[in-house]
Amino acid sequence: MCVAVPLLVKSIENLQAKVEMGGVSRVVSLALTPQAAVGEYVIVHAGYAIGILDEEEALETLELFRQMAELAEGGDEVSG
Amino acid sequence: MDKILLAHGSGGRLSHDLIRDLFLPHFAAPALAKLDDAAVVEPLATTLVLPDSHRLAFTTDGYVVKPLFFHGGDIGRLAVCGTVNDLAMVGATPFYLSAGFVIEEGLGLGILRQVVASMKDSAQEAGVEIVAGDTKVVERGGADELFISTAGLGIVPQGVDISGSNARPGDLVILSGAIGDHGIAVLSEREGLAFKAELTSDVAPLNHLVASMLKASSQLHVLRDPTRGGLATSLNEIALQSGVGIRIEEGKVPVHDAVRAACEMLGYDPLYVANEGKLVAIVAPDEGERILEAMRADPHGGEAAIIGEVIADPKSKVLLRTGIGGTRIVDMLAGEMLPRIC
Amino acid sequence: MRYLDEFRDPVLAAALVENIHRRSTRPIRLMEFCGTHTVSIFKHGIRQLLPPTIEMLSGPGCPVCVTANADLDWAIAVAREPEVILTTFGDMLRVPGSRSSLEKAKAEGAKVRVVYSTLDALQIARDNPDRPVVFLGIGFETTAPTIAASVLQAEAEGVSNYYILSMHKLTPPATKAILDSGESHLDGIIGPGHVTTVIGSQSWEFLPRDYGLSCVIAGFEPLDILQGIYTLVDGIEAAQPEVTNVYSRSVRPEGNETALEYMYRVFEVCAADWRGMGEVPASGLKLRERYHQFDARERFAVDPGPSVEPPGCLCGDVIRGAKTPPECSLYGKVCTPHHPVGPCMVSSEGTCGAYYLYAGEQDSVRHNLRS
Repeated sequence: MCVAVPLLVKSIENLQAKVEMGGVSRVVSLALTPQAAVGEYVIVHAGYAIGILDEEEALETLELFRQMAELAEGGDEVSG
Repeated sequence: MDKILLAHGSGGRLSHDLIRDLFLPHFAAPALAKLDDAAVVEPLATTLVLPDSHRLAFTTDGYVVKPLFFHGGDIGRLAVCGTVNDLAMVGATPFYLSAGFVIEEGLGLGILRQVVASMKDSAQEAGVEIVAGDTKVVERGGADELFISTAGLGIVPQGVDISGSNARPGDLVILSGAIGDHGIAVLSEREGLAFKAELTSDVAPLNHLVASMLKASSQLHVLRDPTRGGLATSLNEIALQSGVGIRIEEGKVPVHDAVRAACEMLGYDPLYVANEGKLVAIVAPDEGERILEAMRADPHGGEAAIIGEVIADPKSKVLLRTGIGGTRIVDMLAGEMLPRIC
Repeated sequence: MRYLDEFRDPVLAAALVENIHRRSTRPIRLMEFCGTHTVSIFKHGIRQLLPPTIEMLSGPGCPVCVTANADLDWAIAVAREPEVILTTFGDMLRVPGSRSSLEKAKAEGAKVRVVYSTLDALQIARDNPDRPVVFLGIGFETTAPTIAASVLQAEAEGVSNYYILSMHKLTPPATKAILDSGESHLDGIIGPGHVTTVIGSQSWEFLPRDYGLSCVIAGFEPLDILQGIYTLVDGIEAAQPEVTNVYSRSVRPEGNETALEYMYRVFEVCAADWRGMGEVPASGLKLRERYHQFDARERFAVDPGPSVEPPGCLCGDVIRGAKTPPECSLYGKVCTPHHPVGPCMVSSEGTCGAYYLYAGEQDSVRHNLRS
């Protein structure tokens, strides 16, 4: 029910954004995320951006995964 | 006059003029130029064929692609290459093609001319001749612009036995290059995708590639070109025909970045997207490297890769080892591939 | 592909799997609510990487599976009305209704067009001003705001031949209905990442508060799902139920306020008919009176005939988590992805479709991993 991908906003005109990933671009609507800016990543579902990706949080999440991976290597009992 | 009229299909003066002025200049085979009801051809003394080979390969196909012209190809090129490739997939050297045209009244002559010119170029590239043809014109609305149907004739050299039922456990699965280019190139126009580096259809004749593979080794068990339904469907067909299982590795299947991105955006899986210039080969394990080298030396095999192997169990199933080390079953395409929200 | 590939890193994935194995000591049942999670879990082969202590159940977050037969029959009947162009997401095309499907109706001459977005449907309406264009509105809170935006756009432009057939449903009420039915015996829930991008992670606080259940809001890439499962296992083992947002790059506590505002401006909450659960109060969306001129149900009076469930089909029970697919007598024999009897088998997002493609072969699949 939620196929959506993060796409980079390249340009905006009248709440329509040209977005891009891997060298492929298309036009999507920013009606639901009017505050999105060029250079940001938006989460696109069914032709509309439904959210703005927080890049800082993305990097923090990846960092969390790396820390969890180190724990796994450590061989200790992992507890919450 | 710049449009096809019903009269062009009626067999009279206009039909003759069309053949003389549009088809013959492009399909220049002497057998065709005689304009008899059937082409009479000298069997194949012209090429390198073993003297007592006598098995004919014969195939037919229909082409209804929309749009008629897409990035990297058109319906004409598709028709010639598709038929040539069907012959190549049984190891046959292709020689002769026929082409039947069903044209919607009102189609621009310029469009027909472009398609026919493309067919001539593709035939030349493949080294085949178009020796028979037919034209029918139907009323407006009776056909969607243009349909082409073909038949192809080839010779299977002695000793060559390539069939979907020949896969054996332990065999290697080799893919001739990146998958998904054709389907995405055709779809992209409809779905409003633009590509920074233009993504083109991979449509190409593969008979020369197959010839160099056969030269490198006689241990080619199966050849299949993954057209509609994609690689997944072809592998399933082979697994069924041979009564074996096939296991491939997601990380080893080449996919161009643009195809990957387009598939993510549309919710498609590259394994199911059509290809028109790729083949999958199933070969004896000790011949794998040699065949791979021969493929990579060919312009249509530069990105060839070993993607998996044939296994004894589970029979008739295709397994995929995913990028993260999981395993899943890859089924045949069910229905059409459609953009999903879920 | 930025912000996708990093979340598919195989080395990190292996480590997360290892952590799950170490942390999980007793049998637990987790439900991934969202159909897209079901697809992703299947696509990456995650299920079979998990320890045998973890049982994964697919929830009703599959708009295809939970659309009531009567609603689909209505849509097919509208598609058959003269001049109507019915536009739909691809997901619904092959779903069997009581007697037919949109795919079959299309083959019989109905104008059914698959679209990627309501933006396409609106364009079709502009291109065909003399024909009514009906959009089949399925989907949850991820999708409903996009339909709402299209209605507002149609209104602003004065497009008068655009209609919405709303079958939209809301996820928290459905989750409550499943839990209240007492049939699923869950220990934790993987919450839908994109629905929650819209509704906000605080929408799920009722799970630990009222049901003592842990809930993790996860994205759809393998690392997201694995970390989500680990977090759930951890919380369950520690007997500390809470809502954890593991998809913080997209999900905020308050969600997307613009999207919510549009959604509730155009739609209001109503009771909805969920396949397998019957009528669930306050779980659906219908167009507000103010936008009645866009309502397909008002514009068309069709009688699709009585709605019937295919005999023997257990989709309803499967959706609720009360039965597993192999317990259905049709499963794998009469009902396969190539000849689906019920909606759960139509695609790999349906529980039966997903099960067919991996669970049934688990033994031979496991055997092959080791060889």
